[in-house]
Parts: sequence; structure tokens; C-alpha cells
Amino acid sequence: MTKRWISTTPTRRSVLQGIAGAGALVAAGVTPRFVQAQSSAPLKLGFQLHRTGIGASYGRWYERTASAALKVLNEAGGINGRPVEIVFEDDGTDPKRGAEVVEKLTTQAGCDLIFGTLFSHVVMGSAPRAGELRVPYLVCSEGHHVASGALNRWALQPGITDVKSQVQAMAPWVTANLGKKVTMVFPDYAFGHDHRDFFTAAVAAQGGEVIKHIAIPPTETSFTRYLPQIPTETEVLYHVMVGPAVLTFVKELGEFYGSGARPEIFGFIDSLEAVDIASPGLEFLDGTHFWEGHPRYKQQDASEHEAFYRAAVGVDDSGASVSDGKDIATYAHMFSAWETLFVIKAAMEAAGYQGPADRQKVVEAIEAMTGFDEGREHPQGAKTFNGKTHQAFGHQSISRVEGGRLLRVHQTAIEDGLYPDEVDYTTQSF
Amino acid sequence: MRADRGLFLHLGVLAALLALHVLAPPYHHTNLARIMVLAVYAMGYNIAFGYTGLLSLGHALFFAAGLYAAGLLVYHAGAGAPVAMIAGVLAGGAVAVAVGLLALRTAGVAFMIVTLMFAQAGYLTILYFGAWTRGDEGIVIPRAARMLGGLDLSDDNTRYLVALGLFALALLGNLALVRSPFGRVMVAMRENEERSRMLGYNPFTVKLGALAISGLYAGLSGAAYGLMFGYVGASLASVQYSILPLLYVLLGGAGTVLGPLLGALVMFYLIDYASSLTDAHQFVTGAALVALVLFAPRGILGTLRARGLRWLP
Repeated sequence: MTKRWISTTPTRRSVLQGIAGAGALVAAGVTPRFVQAQSSAPLKLGFQLHRTGIGASYGRWYERTASAALKVLNEAGGINGRPVEIVFEDDGTDPKRGAEVVEKLTTQAGCDLIFGTLFSHVVMGSAPRAGELRVPYLVCSEGHHVASGALNRWALQPGITDVKSQVQAMAPWVTANLGKKVTMVFPDYAFGHDHRDFFTAAVAAQGGEVIKHIAIPPTETSFTRYLPQIPTETEVLYHVMVGPAVLTFVKELGEFYGSGARPEIFGFIDSLEAVDIASPGLEFLDGTHFWEGHPRYKQQDASEHEAFYRAAVGVDDSGASVSDGKDIATYAHMFSAWETLFVIKAAMEAAGYQGPADRQKVVEAIEAMTGFDEGREHPQGAKTFNGKTHQAFGHQSISRVEGGRLLRVHQTAIEDGLYPDEVDYTTQSF
Repeated sequence: MRADRGLFLHLGVLAALLALHVLAPPYHHTNLARIMVLAVYAMGYNIAFGYTGLLSLGHALFFAAGLYAAGLLVYHAGAGAPVAMIAGVLAGGAVAVAVGLLALRTAGVAFMIVTLMFAQAGYLTILYFGAWTRGDEGIVIPRAARMLGGLDLSDDNTRYLVALGLFALALLGNLALVRSPFGRVMVAMRENEERSRMLGYNPFTVKLGALAISGLYAGLSGAAYGLMFGYVGASLASVQYSILPLLYVLLGGAGTVLGPLLGALVMFYLIDYASSLTDAHQFVTGAALVALVLFAPRGILGTLRARGLRWLP
């Protein structure tokens, strides 16, 4: 097929071969879906998956979570009585490839919509193409990109709270319970800058102060030369790192303080997603606090819905795979893949979705939503949804490390994370 | 006759690409637009590497110069796409000259390392000025700003034809260049720099000229990529995007005008189809490249040229 396209002699035969090839492709991937759109043919949902690249540890669990949710969904009758399939496609956690995957899932695999993207740069690289293709693009990213108005009407984030809301919700507890003089250590790129900007403002609003920003260049593999920059008067050390160097960072932080006095430490679990808290070298984390979107360790007051979700995905009470205790889940984030699938179900049913011609109705149906009750479909907890900003808002957990386990000590209210709208997507054209 | 065959072949390729505008299914239609834009980048790389022998590992810097010059002008200054496109081309060329003035004092492995370091510095600079660039996350160019004259670059058909137009311009320019006296001097530099010097050519000037042209191509491609696909991000300035054009050129055939297009095309679909078949698609891609180096080190068109198509430019 490829060689045929590079033919330099476009004879009648080669043109006919091209037409035949195009026909075969259409027959294989596109036409049947349209033909069957009015029937009980399966709905196809595309999942933009970080199977390789820096997001691979997340991707592995997002795939398992989405697959488990799909099983539950289909056992309950699918969507509008139609079975549902998920087409997973690896984007390599790369924005260029991400846009190509959006293309592939939409125009080749014939997916009805796309969801599941986590890393913000992949979202940013992919969303323009989703908008051009006029295909709903539901991200599970926690980035502020959707609510900031940077994307388009086809991009929504109904399954997880964004980072601005997260840090705003937690700042009052941090300043009231851990201290008001904060030093922040964060990766020197957009994700870290979001934390820097939003948390600094949120701390100031509580009468606290961020006394030092320590930005770590993404090329660093060792952090020892940055740690002495932490001012001695620091009361709270706020850290958020992502990527393969996370373990090194946390270990070096432990070596830096040793058994001596240290400030209170508050981190985002992003630093340790898919990493065992009980790993050697992480003992010093005992007594420190973490934000968790969804508590990794099953809490004593866990709801039946949480227990159901945990079992369905195959995660034990310690946040590891039931089949491999060393395979730690990205539990704080992956619920978003589960919950987003059930938002899709609700939206497609509300829209009476039949086929791609109804894609716009799906977006409008989601925009009309105002919130989701806690339940099997939303095991992380109740949420509100802002149809104008396309963003969900939910509860956040603050957990303390005790004996190598994470114990939730505070849960924020949804209202704690609300902020004024920065965009109204409903005024934009499709 | 020999010249005609080469010209007809290239015109034939352009005609085939025009025909594919009508014949290609939607998925491949957009892919081809991407491939043509990336092939312009690879053509630029080929001018430096394939024809002049400058093995650069820092071309992502030139691509990013075009990408960001265009993207930032549109996003922050509200510039129109035509101005942004021109700025992108010039930025690519200017950065290439600036780097060349320093890096061309070295050669061989040292040149590779110096260009790699410049590109890495450029990448980190983009992250450092995150307030303007949004660092790794990047910026989305609004659809309304992606108008080239009266042409909406977010429209699939327009985008394909604009990509084809830019590609045609680059391809025919490349063909004319390699057939020109300067192009032959470029090849002479690659083959025997000392002999060329003895014949009166200044290697530094010739190589700087080749690198500048290469940078113009990379800048054009970067600007076109940002404006056509609506995204400007630091990952496009990472080392991966310095390696990609090298792979395209090696695969298609270094020192052949059509090699970059062929390499970009084959590589794109190799990754695309392999990722549909297996999670280990990167292994498949890597294995294919190793096999290529072992059994066809001159690339596809380079091998064809060595085995009979000697007239291939």
C-alpha cells in the first residue's frame, strides 16, 4: 500500500489500484459503522493511551481501569442498549503522535468519540485535531488547559478535577495544619508552573507565604544540589515531581534531611504514583502528607462503591494489583478513566446517540450536566460539573504516611475547589 | 535526456501527490499532509547531511525556531499567518547561520556534539521562558489565527494543498540546488574537503551556506507545522526531533532529493502499522532500521541509484 503511493508513474493501472486500495480501507474501517449506525452495532470509543513513553505507568493502569469499566457497562446493557467497544491506541505520550492517534481513532477506526488522555502536552497537541474533526474529546488529565479556555468546544474534562482546583482546595488545610511559610520544589515545566502559580496564590489567600520556589530542570537526574536552597525557616516543603526521577528525588530528599529536624512535607502523590510507599529509602516519608485524588489505600470508611470499583479494576486494599503485589496502581488519577466512561454513557443516552452525526449532541448533553452523584459510576465521590468551562470539580483527599501506608486525614469539600469561570465554551461555535 | 528523467520523476511524484488529494481516504489524506510538511524538514536536513556531509544532531533547534517564531507571533502578537510563516522561515535560517558560525569551527563527532548541545540549550530555553511558551505543555494556535491569506489552514483540503504547494516549492528548489554549481560544490565538500579547498573553494563558506539553506527548510517546516496543525510545544524541539530527520534521510536515501519524502513516508507508516500490531512497535521500528543499515546502508533510493538508477538526483 505504501509503495503504491510513492509510485512515480501514475498510470491508469496504478490509479485503479489506488482506488481499489482506498475501497478496501473504506470497506474495512469506515463504511460498516455508518451503515450499521441505526442498528445495534457496537459503539466504538477511542482511548488515547500512554502505553509507551513517560506516561507508560499511568497508561497501563488507565487501560485496566477503562477495560474494567467497560465490562461493567456492557454487563449493564451498554449504551442505549448497544454494546460498547474501546479501541486503545498508543500515543507514546507524545503530542505529535497524539494528534495522529486522534486522526487514526476517528477516521480509520471509526470511533464515535475519544477519551482517556492524561498528560497535558498530549492533550494540547491533540485537541486542535479533535476540534477540526468535530469529535468529542474527553480528557482525564487534571490539567487546567480545559477550564482555562485554551482548547475548544469539543474538549471536556468531566471525570477529574483540574490542578488549579486541587491546590486551591488544599491550601487552607496546609496553612492551618502544617505551616504558613512554604518552599515549593517543582519540575521546571508547565505542570510544575501550574502548581507554582496556583498554590502560591492559594497560600497567599490564606495568609501564608511561599518563601522560595525551587524549579528543577527536566534534564536533572540528581537533586542534591537543589536541596540546600531550601530556606531554614521553611515550615512546609511542597514537592511535586513526575517521571522516572521521582524515586531519586524522594530518596535524596530523605538523605538530605536524614534523621535531623525537617520541615513538614506535603507532596502530590503524582511524585509516587505507581511507586510503593514502602520502598527502601522512602522511610523518611513517614509522617509526611500527600494529596490524593483518590486514596490508594482502602480507608476504613470506604464506600461500597469504592470497594466495588477497587475489586473490578483488580486493586487490593494496599493499592497494588491483586495479581502482583509489586505492581502499584496509579490510583489517585485512574478513577477518571472509569468515571469518564460513565459520563459518556449518560451523555450518549441523553443525546439519543445513533452515530457520528450526533456527536455535537453528545457535547451539548455533557454541557447540560450539573453534577454526578457518588455511586458505582462515580466511586471517587460526588462531583459538580460546569458546562461552561467543561470542567468537573470534586473532593480531594489529604493523606498522611503512617507505617508505610497512606491514611486520609482530611477530605475537602467540592466548594473548596471552585473558582470563577475563565471561559464559556458554550458561546463558541462547533 | 538525463536531466529530463530526473525532472519528470519529481514532477510525477508531485502529480501523484496531487492525485492522492482526490484518491486518498481521509485518514491517509491528513497523514500525507503531515508527511509532506515533515519531508520539507527532512529535505533541509538532507541538504546539510546528505549532500554536504554535515552530520548534525541539532536540527530540532532550526525546526523549533520556525515553529516558535511563527507560533509566538500569532499567539502573542496577533500576527497573521503569512507574516508568521515568513518569520518562521527566516528564523530557521538565522538560527542555522548563528549556530553554523560557531559549530562549523568543528567537524565530525565534535560537530555532532556541538549541534546537539545547541539544540538542547534551545529546548531548555523554551522551557525556561514558560510564561511565553507554556513550556512542555505548549500552546494551541486558535483556528481563527490559522488563516493564510484567505486559506483556512484548519480545513483538511486546504491544508493538504498548502502542504503540497510548500512541498513542491521545497522539492523543486532542492532539485535545482543540487544541480546548481553550488550544489556540486556541496557534494565536493562531502566527498573531499581538502581537495575542494585546493581547488579554491572555501569550505567554511560553502558549509555555512548549506547549513543556512538547511535551516530555511527546517524553519519553513516548523512554521508550517505549527500553523497547519495548531500546536506549538517544546517536545517538538527535543532531541527526538533532531534524530527523526536523520532517520528519514537514512531510510529514504541520503543525498537523494526524493529520499527524505520516501523516508518520512515509510517511517510514518512503519510506526503507524506496527503500533496497530504490537505494543512493542518501537522495537519493530528499531529492528527495521537496524536491518536497513546492515543490508541497505545507502537507504532505499541510494541503493536503487547504486544498482542502476544512476541518473537519480
